[in-house]
Amino acid sequence: MKVPYFPGCTLNTTAKGFDNAVRASAAALGVELVELPEWNCCGATFPLLADNAMDLLGPADVLYKASLEGERLATACTTCYNVMRRANYALKEDGEILEKVNYFLEHDSDYEGSVEVLDVVQILRDDVGWEGVRQAVTKPLNELRVAAYYGCMVVRPPDEVAYDDPDNPTTLDDLIEALGGQPVDWPHKTECCGAYLAVKSPQATQEMSYAVLSSATRNGAELVVANCPLCQFNLDKQQQTMAQRHAGYRPIPVLYYAQLLGLALGLDGSNYDLDKTIIAARPLLERVGLL
Amino acid sequence: MRVRLSKASVRNDLVHKIEEISGQDLLACYQCGKCSAGCPAAFAMDMLPSQVIRYAQLGLVEKVLASDTPWFCAACQTCYARCPKGVDLARIMEAIREIVLQEKGDHITINDIPPVELAEFPQQLFIGGFRKYTA
Amino acid sequence: MSGKLTPSEDNNPISKVLIIGAGIAGMQAALDIANAGYPVLLVDKLPSIGGHMAQLSETFPTLDCAQCIMTPRTVDVGHHEKIELLTYSEVESIAGEIGDFRAIVRRNPAYVNWDVCTGCGVCTEKCPKRVISTQFEVGMGRRKAIYTLSPQAVPNKPVIDRQNCLWFQMGRCRVCEKFCPTGAINFEQQAYTVEERVGAVIVATGYDLYPLVNMGEYGGGEVPDVIDGLAFERLLSSSGPTAGKVRRPSDGKEPKEVVFVQCAGSRDPELHMPYCSKICCMYTAKHAMLYKHRVHDGQAYVFYIDIRSAGKRYEEFVQRAMEEDDTLYLRGKVSKIFRDGDKTIVWGTDTLTGQNVEIAADLVVLATAMVPRPEGKLIAQMLDLPIDEQDWTLPLDDNIHPVETLRAGIFLAGAASGPKDIPETVAQASGAAGKILSLFARWEGERMTQELAETSLQPDRLAHA
Repeated sequence: MKVPYFPGCTLNTTAKGFDNAVRASAAALGVELVELPEWNCCGATFPLLADNAMDLLGPADVLYKASLEGERLATACTTCYNVMRRANYALKEDGEILEKVNYFLEHDSDYEGSVEVLDVVQILRDDVGWEGVRQAVTKPLNELRVAAYYGCMVVRPPDEVAYDDPDNPTTLDDLIEALGGQPVDWPHKTECCGAYLAVKSPQATQEMSYAVLSSATRNGAELVVANCPLCQFNLDKQQQTMAQRHAGYRPIPVLYYAQLLGLALGLDGSNYDLDKTIIAARPLLERVGLL
Repeated sequence: MRVRLSKASVRNDLVHKIEEISGQDLLACYQCGKCSAGCPAAFAMDMLPSQVIRYAQLGLVEKVLASDTPWFCAACQTCYARCPKGVDLARIMEAIREIVLQEKGDHITINDIPPVELAEFPQQLFIGGFRKYTA
Repeated sequence: MSGKLTPSEDNNPISKVLIIGAGIAGMQAALDIANAGYPVLLVDKLPSIGGHMAQLSETFPTLDCAQCIMTPRTVDVGHHEKIELLTYSEVESIAGEIGDFRAIVRRNPAYVNWDVCTGCGVCTEKCPKRVISTQFEVGMGRRKAIYTLSPQAVPNKPVIDRQNCLWFQMGRCRVCEKFCPTGAINFEQQAYTVEERVGAVIVATGYDLYPLVNMGEYGGGEVPDVIDGLAFERLLSSSGPTAGKVRRPSDGKEPKEVVFVQCAGSRDPELHMPYCSKICCMYTAKHAMLYKHRVHDGQAYVFYIDIRSAGKRYEEFVQRAMEEDDTLYLRGKVSKIFRDGDKTIVWGTDTLTGQNVEIAADLVVLATAMVPRPEGKLIAQMLDLPIDEQDWTLPLDDNIHPVETLRAGIFLAGAASGPKDIPETVAQASGAAGKILSLFARWEGERMTQELAETSLQPDRLAHA
């Protein structure tokens, strides 16, 4: 099957490895992610001011372009997922803003809210199915204990974006299980990593990331997987100096779920940027037999 | 010192402005504190998220505009997702940031960040961060 | 209420009452009416009477033992010659009007012949199948597949839980039958219906508690040491599964740090129930006090938004919990509760100091919202009574007709119409009974007038009496 795909600016540049891993694994599972012929940045944060037609132009334009390609739009960056889903919801809720936006965009036709924005993980769950994933695995994870980190973007606000239980989601856990790993049960699955606070206060970001990471290790995780480039960055980068403020801190590698998926499917991970992380993941991946 | 409350002071123009920009009814908040209890960034703030609303309810908006609390908000939506009254606190924080940015200019500038760090940032951190913190 | 006569087949309104629900409301009303000499049909879905009050340890504000004040009621109801008690039964339909309602009641099969059973309890003792008691013990204890609800059950006759009985599920065992000294076990028993005609009805179907599964941020019912108020009552109860010793469900240890969370699901129009459940501030203070009385070196914390203690001596009661039993009251709602190792972590806040707080609790008791029982909604529909958005059955109005409904002859008593405590419930039960007795008295008066008129003894003068 083919699904229109929106990589987003980060997957196009600093997180290209994530993008490569997503496209390759989806293709191996029968899902061809077809990049939109034209797209622009979604905006990276959902604008929270009332009467925000201007801020919705970016996501609305993407949605319009997606509507020319079909009824669904897949994205792997969960921040893009969140922004576009919320934008879709806002446009459909408020006829006035939709009208203003369409008027300003001056396209040949109006966007009516016809596109359904999906996280690639949803497509794996609902269209491929975990059994299908399990059967395609050639390098199982050998019971590797993985903490699935969902972050905020796919669960809040629940009625606008959640495709799983917002307090205890299990989609990525199910994926890990299908890959032969052991998903860890831990309470910080959806606690914020710090997000854009990294630009203002690395210290605050470090504390927030520490809360997440220490919970993962305390509950037995050997690896953390994330679904958002900003989460992966914060959780990885902050570990560089974490031992300075938290004596005895033991680092844990943080990868994207798609990198793990691609390797487990036996694909060539050389363009997944596996060695670009600050906390090295290679030793673990080699130990488990994925590399 | 006693703060003098009056009809004019408690529902003043700034209070109305916050409500208008955020689209929220400040008086719907009954100060239960659930938002504060779940806020992952509250540890860094000089007042609790629920106290930001409280000061605004009392009309003491200047105090809120001077607080660092709205700047430590990561818009994680935990407050809004759990609020028993459906008050979208994330939008209130954004409204306060907007008012301060319009009045005082950028909260951070590009020069605040060492170039070597800037080079490491994922695209979205740069975009998102600067959208939140600049006018 | 006009009490207008509705001619029935015998041209007489029937001075008999059907009371649906045999909790404290139903029992009180039944006794008031039966003691006045009128017959009562008292129906309850459970095998024995007493409702939720039978599960309580002590009641506020007096800390009276619930069993001690209730048992005289249950025994009286069980023995009263004017009360016909149909337990393990459900009302299937009610037709008719005031003076002549026709109710069809289904008697569910207990698989035990209660006329022959002596309540000796050997069957329960010998039964090999143990299951968690989700109903009476609220998951805190176990019972057998053949069981009575509690040691002081009225009637003290067991029922067999088909879903968990080895005979019904797997075709083996029947040990109860082997040991029963009177041959009361009857696996062939079928449900059957009885039809009854009554002149008035009282709906006393009571309440349930909001399910933990609906509160994902509090563990969604999956964290073993997070329980609700009724479950804690069972832990406190001296006839309960832990003989009154406070033990945490996960490993049976005595909890030293206990967190009570008020307003769990109440006062939450956005996500759960919009209303205040009225009793939780009081029973939480009670719980904190009783906990300290049992565990002298324990610490109780109560997270609250407000304290609603609006009854006689209620405020003094709450202040005792604070002053005499060192309970730390924290003003702030809890955002998240989760397991960490063998502790249960509570993330709350204290709005009064502006401080977020975290407690590593041994046990967490959630004061969950009161909700109407689903049977209450079914009965309301059967009787064409209006219900509100949260399924509470509505009285005629909220001000001065708390026990009447918009249908003549049908009354409400107790928690069926909304959250309330025991004193208010008992008052409503007697109120409903009073209204009915007034109807019956008037009907009797009208009957007498009619009879005298028919015997042609100075008919004109007496007709105007």
